Amino acid sequence: MTNTPMIRMASVDKHFGELHVLRDINLEVASGQVVVVLGPSGSGKSTLCRTINRLEPIDSGTIEVDGKELPAEGKALAALRADVGMVFQSFNLFAHKTILENVTLGPLKVRKASKSDAEKNGLALLERVGIANQRDKYPAQLSGGQQQRAAIARALAMKPKVMLFDEPTSALDPEMVQEVLDVMTTLAADGMTMLVVTHEMGFARRAAHRVVFMSDGEIVEDAAPDAFFSSPTSDRAKDFLGKILTH
Amino acid sequence: MGVIVEQFPLYAQGFLQTLRICLFSAVGALVLGTILAGFRVSPVPPLRMVGSAWVTVFRNTPLAVVLFAVAFGLPELGVNGSYFYFGVIGLTFYTAAFVCEAVRSGINSVSAGQAEAARAIGLTFSQSLSLIVLPQALRTVVPPLGSVIIAMIKNSAIVGAFGVGGDLFANGVQLTSAQGYAAGAVLIGVLLGYLVLTIPGGILLGVLERKVSVAR
Repeated sequence: MTNTPMIRMASVDKHFGELHVLRDINLEVASGQVVVVLGPSGSGKSTLCRTINRLEPIDSGTIEVDGKELPAEGKALAALRADVGMVFQSFNLFAHKTILENVTLGPLKVRKASKSDAEKNGLALLERVGIANQRDKYPAQLSGGQQQRAAIARALAMKPKVMLFDEPTSALDPEMVQEVLDVMTTLAADGMTMLVVTHEMGFARRAAHRVVFMSDGEIVEDAAPDAFFSSPTSDRAKDFLGKILTH
Repeated sequence: MGVIVEQFPLYAQGFLQTLRICLFSAVGALVLGTILAGFRVSPVPPLRMVGSAWVTVFRNTPLAVVLFAVAFGLPELGVNGSYFYFGVIGLTFYTAAFVCEAVRSGINSVSAGQAEAARAIGLTFSQSLSLIVLPQALRTVVPPLGSVIIAMIKNSAIVGAFGVGGDLFANGVQLTSAQGYAAGAVLIGVLLGYLVLTIPGGILLGVLERKVSVAR
């Protein structure tokens, strides 16, 4: 066993023009840990998530994944991204490929797996997220919840060390949120390292080991879910929780 | 109209020469233009510069000047060949600039999330372009590419007139100026020859457009 954190961010800063979206971010996620990032919109939580596989470059600071600093754009970065699964708010399934092709593309092209292995593993994953019967359909033919579960299967097909979820249920109809959260909860219970940006407080309470609260580009609180929800220390967190828990 | 029947072999020969020029140039321009479009959206600044420079130079230069530069410039650089060869190179280089911009507009029409998802599973830039973005760009690219290729077919007349010879237009000129046929009738024949290329080309593109729009 090593003590190397799966994700380590140190003194990370980022601007979008004038806007200071990430301010001196320091965050470590241990292997097997599930961290939920909460915060009002515009607080920088999605940006934080996207910097970890360098979909957003940072201005200064360091980010390490499994002890390795993020490389610059190129082959090394592609190799690192293959180990970091990502699930997007808008699913982003490959529109011109079937569900099974979506799930097998990465293993075939990046991992150089054989077609039979990729399909066997892909089908098992689709089975696991409950949409194996949709394998030959195109993404547009699926419901949002099914698409997001397919997107999770696509990320898992790469056998990632860590999974990033960028508001995975925010674009879903309410009745479809639960099916996606169920898949994520199972994944968390299986020991996957996860960083989840979400507004789902139920998921944070149930599945998270830690809650990180962001506001105005800063990490304001970093606590266990129980402690955070029952006794937030900062005014900004109290204000945030007051707004979402009263309705 | 008798000229079209009487001189049919010359028309047919001209048609085949035009077809040859167009086939070589179309394949060359589509391949080169797509590569240039890849350059223009690449994360590597020098490649982007090559792409934009190419488009700026060839899109803003009259085709006749491009052909002149190729035919007199390449031999200076030690590249020798027939006028046919130079004509095809000139038309390819020129048309590739327009193909590049049409393909680039198609690339920009694919949502950024598709390329992000491709990169997020570890595909390299060129894999993400060729496996994810370009196949989806094809849908929007077919109509403007069709216009570019049809313009190229008509531009092949300039290549013929430039000294390659033996194509539809050059043979038409020969019939009027050397053999004394009435220009109007000769040109109608020439025009028919081009229409035989462009109209089925347009229909073919329509079929292709429907096909790629379904395949998703």
